[in-house]
Amino acid sequence: MAEAHDRPAESFTIRLRRYDPQSGDAPYWDEHTVQLEPHRSVLEAILQARDRFDGSIGIRCSCRQAICGSCGVRVNGEPSLACHTHLDAAKSSSLRGGVIEIEPMGNMPVIKDLIVDMDAVHWKKIQRVTPWLLAKQPVPEREYIVDKEAMVDVTQTMACIQCGACVSDCLAMEVDPGFIGPAALAKAYRFVGDPRDDQQFERLNDLAQDPQGIFDCTHCFKCVEACPKDVNPMGQIMRLRRVAIADHDIVDVNNGERHEAAFATLVKDNGLLWEAELLPRSYGGNSWFGKFAPPAGKELLSSLPAILKALMRGKVTPMGALKPHRIPAGDLKAVQSIYEKVEGRKERYELNLYITGQDEDPAPAAHAGAIATGGAETAQVTAEQEGSNQ
Amino acid sequence: MPQHDVLIIGAGLAGQRAALAAAQNGASVAIMSKVHPVRSHSVAAAGGINAAISVDDDWHSHAYDTVKGSDFLGDQDAIEVMCSEAPAEVMHLEHIGVTFHRNEKGEMDLRAFGGASMKRTAYVADITGQAMLHVLYEQLMKHHETVERYEEWFTTSLLLDEEGRCAGAIARDVRSGHMEAFTAKNVILACGGAGQCYKPTTNGLIVTGDGIAMAYRAGAPLMDMEMVQYHPTCLVETGILITEGARGEGAHLLNANGERFMEKSAPNKMELASRDVVSRAEQTEINEGRGVGPGGAGIFLDVTVVPRKRTLEALREIVNLGRDFAGVDITREPIMIRPGQHYIMGGVKTDVDGRTPIEGLYAAGEVACVSVHGGNRLGANSLLDTLIFGRRAGEHAADRAASIGPPKLDTAAHLRNDMQRIDEIISRPHDGRRVSEIKSELGEEMNRHAAVYRDEEGLQEALQTIERLREQAAGAWIDDRGTVFNQDVLGALELGFLIDCAQATVLAALERKESRGAQFRTDYPERNDEQWLKHIDVTLHGEQPKVSYSPVTITQWQPEERKY
Repeated sequence: MAEAHDRPAESFTIRLRRYDPQSGDAPYWDEHTVQLEPHRSVLEAILQARDRFDGSIGIRCSCRQAICGSCGVRVNGEPSLACHTHLDAAKSSSLRGGVIEIEPMGNMPVIKDLIVDMDAVHWKKIQRVTPWLLAKQPVPEREYIVDKEAMVDVTQTMACIQCGACVSDCLAMEVDPGFIGPAALAKAYRFVGDPRDDQQFERLNDLAQDPQGIFDCTHCFKCVEACPKDVNPMGQIMRLRRVAIADHDIVDVNNGERHEAAFATLVKDNGLLWEAELLPRSYGGNSWFGKFAPPAGKELLSSLPAILKALMRGKVTPMGALKPHRIPAGDLKAVQSIYEKVEGRKERYELNLYITGQDEDPAPAAHAGAIATGGAETAQVTAEQEGSNQ
Repeated sequence: MPQHDVLIIGAGLAGQRAALAAAQNGASVAIMSKVHPVRSHSVAAAGGINAAISVDDDWHSHAYDTVKGSDFLGDQDAIEVMCSEAPAEVMHLEHIGVTFHRNEKGEMDLRAFGGASMKRTAYVADITGQAMLHVLYEQLMKHHETVERYEEWFTTSLLLDEEGRCAGAIARDVRSGHMEAFTAKNVILACGGAGQCYKPTTNGLIVTGDGIAMAYRAGAPLMDMEMVQYHPTCLVETGILITEGARGEGAHLLNANGERFMEKSAPNKMELASRDVVSRAEQTEINEGRGVGPGGAGIFLDVTVVPRKRTLEALREIVNLGRDFAGVDITREPIMIRPGQHYIMGGVKTDVDGRTPIEGLYAAGEVACVSVHGGNRLGANSLLDTLIFGRRAGEHAADRAASIGPPKLDTAAHLRNDMQRIDEIISRPHDGRRVSEIKSELGEEMNRHAAVYRDEEGLQEALQTIERLREQAAGAWIDDRGTVFNQDVLGALELGFLIDCAQATVLAALERKESRGAQFRTDYPERNDEQWLKHIDVTLHGEQPKVSYSPVTITQWQPEERKY
């Protein structure tokens, strides 16, 4: 265990994206070299530069232990908390020969240096999801009696520190700034998953019917990677979908539910997605005849330019559109047996960071490094319709 | 000019609770914080909140534990208020949405904590403070029509009217640099402690004693300032806190010989003795050469004795902290810790309704000293303190607002004065020292001489150092000349607050010639109830601090020898 404490200080060069709104100048880069032990954080490097060289470097920070959520930045282009990123890791992920590049987060306007306007984007979106408990009535005299596992389950989203790292690099939000987004939807799950909340259906229906709601997520995993607290925002969005569809039979005007159903059926039948069938089935009904339904025709017609472009670029062939991909019979059987196993379960099986599911995990073969972000640990083991996206 | 019935400065747990209570009682409320409310340092409270909610518990037992934990310096009337109201307050929090962890029956689960005679700490994994703070902020968003929020506004001073009543505050919008006078019938200070007087500290960089110093400058007495809590389990290098919940779940403390040394000083409670006792025992092991790690400066905290599943479920945050900040998997190997500055029991003197001796000025939470913690705060009593006295202050201030007219005062001169003060700092020439250098020296000096063990010589040295730093701070320079997010100039103002708090701490520590709670004087190693069973107050008269005493309120528990 001593390894982390024995290494001497080294030189690290940080390259900061600076912006002074009062100067009239464009943003610029500013480099400083600091002396710190390699397991110290990028925040400590910034603070050393601020304390010793230039007090005007702007960054929000307080706790230095990844709990206050103030110091969200991009390090070498990737969103994270400055206090939660080790210098040695940042140096080795540098795209500039070891120089650590630090920029403000994306998707939010910059106020000064590394400080962004979270009110304008992040907090506005949080307010969109009715972010308070709508408690079941009557309120009991003592506590609500609820399932132990349910409370542990919502702790994962409660653990969100509102740092904005997931918002910073949400690809869907980049294309559609109105998308409610990963942080706010994770916050929504905190209520949807809370057995004391009285409005589970209303919340889900609202978020499913909103064209910028749960079906606007493109399933890119960026937020899962970005989150310093393993909240797994995308996983929470998928859970919102699953609860909406499986528990409440919500069929949304955005075609999200139909799209997922079509996707799942195509993979089940063919072992692989049959792309050409996806759109007509999503709109016209989940069978081969779907394409003859008027809404599918309308949708196909409006997608014609995209279809032609895809044909021209060779992404789709006429034969491929007419026939599904074929995979060996054994493989198809294997895929279908996954469906049988998952759909055959009595209850939907959801894993959560705080619920390990076993009493004693075997010890890892080698001591895990200090920087592991636990991404693999948070992967959701899900039952139905995982893998669909729009 | 914004005008409110109740202006709350600070938006951590105490401030947000006060705001909600005042609004519920019909007051027009503004809550102001130099950071976004969820960044407040309450967020870092990990372990839980104490309340006698179990059917076989009794709030009298909680109160006795708190009195004993305080080394009999706590005011027992205030402790009775806090402990008797705790169960209802915790239930209220549960009802508004805090996701307290449950037992198998679906009731709120309770964990063991230091200095408690039974399990009475409700918790949300080890992010209890964060969960509570975020849930209160949910409520602020819900009640946005009745509570006006001024987020990222830095308060520079309190306003007093001609009769000496508190009537508002001057504040600066951090985003624009715009300064404004806020008048209010009542002001509630809820802006936390002064941990940044120390280096290292578990406290966030924002915890700079702003409220304590502003009240002190306005003439309010500070009480119990000598009582500075060192938390027994902080990471050796960075001072980052490892929750007491770890020991609550069964973790051991080991010295270099692998011995559970707590046997010597607390044979019954072992690792779950009160924090002052554990920190002193650790420091003794380190001082006597039985420490671990480089320079023998640490102690091992062994969490591997806790079942791994339980650790991952209930101590998730410290699994992450160990991994990310010390490179240790705490479920597999012990982690090196040491005592570190964590909390100040002292603060602005208040009664049980949060009232300070200045009319119209209230204080609640770590900024205040009721005194419920006396010489040593029990773990998981600070969250309780913030909520109970935050609520009571909010309610009382709302009631008072209903019975008086709006304050009458001319704010222009005050506003101009604070604007000039800031302009003067910005225009200082670059000779002398940087603000950051002075702050760093102050922290190291306090950690050297006003720590777990203290003596006359060291404290006198600290006092002189503080005087010198005060003079240097008056000319200390900064780089930032802008108005948008000029954190540099705010740092200079914070340094001034810290120096006031540090001076009051050292003066009180020098005054108390005995050992009680967190104050251990190697030159006066015994507790001396005959002479020192009293509070020490520090009040500013003109420029000069004056020390005086006030009695300890004893209701049902006479002082006795403290054994764990």
